[in-house]
Amino acid sequence: MTTSIKQLPDIEQVLSGNGACGGCPATMALRIVGKALGSNAIMLLTPSCSVASMGMTPKLGYNWPCINICFATAGSSASGISHALEIMQEKGRLQGELPTVFCWAGDGGTYDIGFQALSAAAERNDNMIFFCYNNEAYSNTGVQRSGATPRGSFTTTTPTGKRQPKKNMALLMLEHNIPYVATATVAYPGDLYDKVVKAKNTPGMKYIEILAPCYLGWQFNMPETVQMSRKAVRSGSWLLWEAENGKISFNNPSAHIISGKKKAEPVDEYLMKQGRFSRLLKGSDAAQRIAEIQGDIDREIAFMRERAKITI
Amino acid sequence: MKSVTKAYRPISWPMKGAGGDTGSWRVHRPVVDPKICSKCQICWVYCPEAVIDRKEITIDYRYCKGCGVCATECPTGAISMEKEE
Repeated sequence: MTTSIKQLPDIEQVLSGNGACGGCPATMALRIVGKALGSNAIMLLTPSCSVASMGMTPKLGYNWPCINICFATAGSSASGISHALEIMQEKGRLQGELPTVFCWAGDGGTYDIGFQALSAAAERNDNMIFFCYNNEAYSNTGVQRSGATPRGSFTTTTPTGKRQPKKNMALLMLEHNIPYVATATVAYPGDLYDKVVKAKNTPGMKYIEILAPCYLGWQFNMPETVQMSRKAVRSGSWLLWEAENGKISFNNPSAHIISGKKKAEPVDEYLMKQGRFSRLLKGSDAAQRIAEIQGDIDREIAFMRERAKITI
Repeated sequence: MKSVTKAYRPISWPMKGAGGDTGSWRVHRPVVDPKICSKCQICWVYCPEAVIDRKEITIDYRYCKGCGVCATECPTGAISMEKEE
């Protein structure tokens, strides 16, 4: 059973009046993460929108000790901190429960620039949680193409739409044989909360990826952030799953799509709402390019369905 | 949370209003109709800014950026967006 909205704790770790855009999905997700992690945590941020929305000195918008680090070093810095904390506890210089060390990185800091350090940290199985809030572009610097940008999407560096599909980062992390991997999105806060609580109580390296529909980058109306996130799940372009010790289980509503109980909605409606796909939809080869995107999604669903059957 | 006077050091302290009084960014103001509101707390959970009070469903207009997510997600339609004067 997922936690209902009324059961979520009162604690607020994202403080009002931070510098994020109105309707920002990253702060929306971080609020829920804060409710699950509590105040005993250390936050590491690589350059991303979340660093820009921390606010100006001498004030800080997040109620955690926050460290701003270089773009490529999220994994290695978190490793260092978690090792240091363990040694401090061993020597008796740190009493009580160990703080949770977590990285809060964007998709650029995870898929592209931060991948090497993250992969190494996963291989060492260091005790931390790595959160990737995925807005499918480098939104902080004005929407450039990243490894998470889906096929056909407009960015300033792919003006005619990206020609390549995105990579499945959560699956790549699963193949590092780490204890816990999960995907979530802002439209299902109870699901996200449960996954973060589970990650917090699991020792070792944990990876959680959160789809964050950025209204500026994706070019839709500001109030529709949550609806867009819900549409992404219902159309099957984002699958909600978690893997404990390599065993994949799907969460609703993705579980229905995977089991074939409910058909995924056609991707057209999801694409039409977003301005970043409008150039693709206006062209003469629109039908073919939409079919390509639908093909990517169908392939991903079929692949994950078969991958989940491997439970060794 | 520390007071502002203590905070003038190379490090920042957690405090409300780190981006200034962000309520001034607002173009449309969300207004809750307490007669229709069923206190389901959906607006509270989706508010990216944490400005909605969970129990009373009141909005802190000092920091509300007026994104309209609460009005779109409200299942009873108790929140309406009114143009800011």
